[in-house]
Amino acid sequence: MRVALFVPCYMNDFHPDAALSAYEVLKRHGCDVVYPRNQKCCGQPFLNNGMHEEASEMADIFLSVFGDFDYIVSPSSSCIGAVKYRYATLEGGERFDSLSRKSYELCEFLHDIVGVENLDFQTPFTRKTGLHDSCHAVRELYLSSPSELNIPRYSKVEAVLSRVPGIEIVRPQRDECCGFGGGFSVMEPDISVMMGRDRIDDHSSKGVEVITGVDASCLMHMEAIARREKRNISFLHIANILAGREKGDIRL
Amino acid sequence: MRAFTDHPTEASRFVSDGERAHWHDRALWFVRAKRDRASETLPEWERLREEAHRIKSHTMKHLAWYLRLFEERATANGIEVRWASDALEHNEIVASILREEGVERVVKSKSMLTEECGLNPYLQERGIEVVDTDLGERIVQLAGDTPSHIVLPAIHLKKEDVSEIFAEHMGTEEGNSDPVYLTVSARKSLREKFLTADAAITGVNFALAREGAVTICTNEGNADLGVAVTKLHIASMGIEKIIPSAQSLGVFTRLLARSATGQAVTTYTSHYSAPEEGARMVVVIVDNGRSGLLAGEESPILSCIRCGSCMNTCPVYRRSGGHSYGSVVPGPIGTLLAYSRDGERYSSLPFACTLCASCTMVCPAKVPLHDTIYRVRKSAIETPTYTGKRKALSLIYALLRYRPLYLTAMTLYGWAVKYLPRNLLYSGYNVWGRDRDMPEPARRSFSRIYDDIERREDG
Repeated sequence: MRVALFVPCYMNDFHPDAALSAYEVLKRHGCDVVYPRNQKCCGQPFLNNGMHEEASEMADIFLSVFGDFDYIVSPSSSCIGAVKYRYATLEGGERFDSLSRKSYELCEFLHDIVGVENLDFQTPFTRKTGLHDSCHAVRELYLSSPSELNIPRYSKVEAVLSRVPGIEIVRPQRDECCGFGGGFSVMEPDISVMMGRDRIDDHSSKGVEVITGVDASCLMHMEAIARREKRNISFLHIANILAGREKGDIRL
Repeated sequence: MRAFTDHPTEASRFVSDGERAHWHDRALWFVRAKRDRASETLPEWERLREEAHRIKSHTMKHLAWYLRLFEERATANGIEVRWASDALEHNEIVASILREEGVERVVKSKSMLTEECGLNPYLQERGIEVVDTDLGERIVQLAGDTPSHIVLPAIHLKKEDVSEIFAEHMGTEEGNSDPVYLTVSARKSLREKFLTADAAITGVNFALAREGAVTICTNEGNADLGVAVTKLHIASMGIEKIIPSAQSLGVFTRLLARSATGQAVTTYTSHYSAPEEGARMVVVIVDNGRSGLLAGEESPILSCIRCGSCMNTCPVYRRSGGHSYGSVVPGPIGTLLAYSRDGERYSSLPFACTLCASCTMVCPAKVPLHDTIYRVRKSAIETPTYTGKRKALSLIYALLRYRPLYLTAMTLYGWAVKYLPRNLLYSGYNVWGRDRDMPEPARRSFSRIYDDIERREDG
């Protein structure tokens, strides 16, 4: 099973620990993981801002780098969402259909392809953990049941995370957006910050010590607010918890 | 009313009163939660949404045929049908009918279409008094304000605000903000208006083509009361209000109130298929730009049944308030309606959205709201307002595309975050940094770490 690891551009520089964790988790579960060296941004910033020409070029690069692998796995639901569903909105978007079928968010891959029963996480995690449901994970990739829909309740992310020994998972009151939204965070700073703060408050009110999630971008946004406000709450990408790796730890 | 600048500016103003913004958010989330519970009472909920979507898409595809059928059947029932190509023609038609009948006072139930057409000021300038009879709209009208929500027009006002408005305009007790007292006072005052009115204007929720009838849903019975006590009923509807028949109506009435307020059904769901004896009923069918949408990528918005659930669930709307959209209909559907009408004026609205997709998930007619917002950004980014943003994104593109440039930029950024004095790093130009710390890049990127992994695995 040839698996290509796609590391979102900002994670490469800001959260290499989480990328490394994703790599390790896949490796430990028997995947032949490769990190293709010539990978670049998936083009999401351009897609979401209507700049389809630029997005098209990034998408073509993505296709040329990842097209030949059996699976493409990434510790980010928003980037995978862009590849799976937004590339199709580009002119001649059919050429990306094959990518769409084999792209997976990390937890989704562990759940659907590796299988929950085969998951083996060694390192216990004992801090009270709030699970942030990011929009693309819930309402685009359907990694969990959106609260808006009248369908049976499930969460692939929680199913995966709960295999970590000793973990206590807390769900917030709302599965609401954190307010990052890429360009939204700087075009609508006031609403963006209020949304992020509300998410933090929601978790805090339930005694959460660490907020986790499948998207580093949401966590980065909330952490930036929490730091400014000197909140007593920390943030850790879900891959780190699965790999038993502390934040910022990049020792091999 | 203030002139509309752009969404971020208007939103800032609303959020600056943090307590009110939070109250607004909680009030509407409460409605959203009620909607969730109501939807859960129907195991067939998702199938109903699918069915509504199917019926609406079908009707829009054969719109001309259904509209003609409606006209034929309604006319046979004794209803007069008039056509208006735009807002002005609509207002002229209404005004001329009112003049014919010598009308001096009109009672009007809630109609977003008449708001869209600016009917109230048009009639008032011509000496006809218009009284909004929906409680929320009445509050807004007395305050000289505009609705901030299509189902809950006065949701931006607290009961204390209402108390002040009523005290000023209706002479109620100052400082008494008891909701029951205020509602009873409004009811008394409105009752007098009803009894002295010469005509009733209503909106239309659904127009039934096969029956040639219209259905009007209210919680206050104000539409029915107006029609009952006057001899002239003018019902204004957009061309998209048409559905095939009473048979399909059941799908929509089951979805509408549950989606809007979490009620099983609106308190009054009234069907008007003919005028009372000796009375006149006129249906004015308005295009006002709608037919232009039929062929384009914004066409799905014509399936909207105006339940307001996309507003209640929108995390931006709940915090920025309805007036921040600067148009009659706010929120996700309002963004698309306004943008399709005037792309330059409303170019900020498609970006007042995180693409969280919650609107699309609650929409009873399955309008792909966030997907359509995503799509229209392609033209919105080309408007003059976003020249700067386009340039910034082009720069980011260049960085992402050419590795050496990117690495230099990251080094510079890392250096700035680490060594720049705080007041420089967090100067006024740093929009992100006003209320947020800057994230620090790691000492080594993952691609560098991967070099070591490869070396180790090879060795």
